[in-house]
Amino acid sequence: MSFNNLDTLYRQVIMDHYKHPRNRGKLEEDALVVDMNNPTCGDRIQLQIQVEDGKVKDAKFEGEGCSISMSSASMMTQAIKGKSIEDALRMSQLFSDMMLGKEIDPGNLEMGDVEALQGVAKFPARIKCATLAWKAMEQGVEKN
Amino acid sequence: MDARSIREQFPILHQEVNGHPLVYLDSSATSHKPIKVLEAVDAYYRNDNSNVHRGVHTLGTRATDKYEGAREKVQQFINARSTKEVIFTRGTTTAINTVAHSYARANLEPGDEVIITPMEHHSNIIPWQQAVKATGATLKYFELNEDGTLNMEDVKKSIGPQTKIVALTHVSNVLGTINPIKEIVELAHRQNAVVLVDGAQGAPHVKVDVQDIDCDFYCFSGHKMCGPTGIGVLYGKQELLENMEPVEFGGEMIDFVHLYDSTWKELPWKFEGGTPIIAGAIGLGAAIDFLTEIGLDKIEAHDQKLTAYAMERMSEIEGLTIYGPSKNKRSAVVTFNIDGVHPHDTATALDTEGIAVRAGHHCAQPLMRWLDVTATARASMYVYNTEDDIDKLVSGLAKTKEFFGNVF
Repeated sequence: MSFNNLDTLYRQVIMDHYKHPRNRGKLEEDALVVDMNNPTCGDRIQLQIQVEDGKVKDAKFEGEGCSISMSSASMMTQAIKGKSIEDALRMSQLFSDMMLGKEIDPGNLEMGDVEALQGVAKFPARIKCATLAWKAMEQGVEKN
Repeated sequence: MDARSIREQFPILHQEVNGHPLVYLDSSATSHKPIKVLEAVDAYYRNDNSNVHRGVHTLGTRATDKYEGAREKVQQFINARSTKEVIFTRGTTTAINTVAHSYARANLEPGDEVIITPMEHHSNIIPWQQAVKATGATLKYFELNEDGTLNMEDVKKSIGPQTKIVALTHVSNVLGTINPIKEIVELAHRQNAVVLVDGAQGAPHVKVDVQDIDCDFYCFSGHKMCGPTGIGVLYGKQELLENMEPVEFGGEMIDFVHLYDSTWKELPWKFEGGTPIIAGAIGLGAAIDFLTEIGLDKIEAHDQKLTAYAMERMSEIEGLTIYGPSKNKRSAVVTFNIDGVHPHDTATALDTEGIAVRAGHHCAQPLMRWLDVTATARASMYVYNTEDDIDKLVSGLAKTKEFFGNVF
């Protein structure tokens, strides 16, 4: 296999989230619903977030897309659950910085599996795939 | 035709991408430019740069001669009756929009129908959606057969006295389907409907004779046929163009300007408001020289042979689906998916091997829904591609399949 570069992008944990997405589905209770797509490639996501007392109580997603966009949605929903809106938005900013190849300092924020997407920064054509779910989350909480 | 010696004339192909020699299989998106075209554009800017149809000075005359000379080359290339029928535009999109704005809005009324096909590029869908919204006419679609060819029975049934415009692609940018344009034009003309052909993928690959096809409008882009970006052509029959209002107003297109009214120049200039795309037109002229020297019949034969080879080799890969008609009915496009691998992931994997393919919806979202996929990967070929490129693609695809098979 001479796809060495590719391993930096498609880490095992990413493919695991792609194959076994966390929080895929629909929320039963009232939730903020955001539909977003990437018009250049056709990826689409519907994100549902339930906010209670300024915190993300639950989050689920549905959609179609590549391994990067879908695994990112899976990781994002996992990461923001239980976080305050402010922290969720801070994480989104950290994620954007990470996509620009910047060194990030999450401080007390638990980014979890999300950091596995670091390698995407080296594949500029794929950054939009990775940020789709985060942009949807930002739009959702802004609507709130 | 020797693709290897043709390759020598394309400097961009001689580079490494991600540590591998570039294998460019995305010519349906845009083709590369031979030295001849690069030099023609460069020489214009170095020696002749000036505005056209204006100054009395020598550079102005040289620029005008070159610009109008390019129009003559286009006229001969598509066998238009006269240069009055050749309008330079920004590309296929602008050409279609010109007809949809000018001809369609002036001639459509409630009850009238515009018919297109599900295999159209967005640029041959949206202008008609907007035109029927503005006029109260109705937009309809011909049906496709299962293999992605047009259902000619449905075409015959659908075209009636209410049909005013039929707009369809010559060659599908996704399926590679070559549509029987001449037959459709005949059917439409029997009902006095006009036919617009989107030739963006047609003109680069298939010999176009607008008098033989007898279509009313034929639109194409320079950049997909070895010319520069930003230049395209609207061919229209003179009697239709004479009666159409321009859609862009300004310098270059006027006859007399009074305080409250103005009159237009004669054809083709009444449709070319503003300083035209001079260098682009000259580059397109050089591209036409390049293609004509090789011969469109030879290019077509080369495309056919290479496409057949690609389809044969690619179908050796288990779990790879090819969309569209069989090899003898298609142009140099092979759209495909590997089971369980998203096309973006396929394209990224191939890119690490220096292989450029397109992934996504190819500006044909209705067709993606017809195919029941959200996206596909596409390999498209042109004069400079060889069997060696296809071999590299096939081994890249095999590796891609193995890679994503292993990580799962």
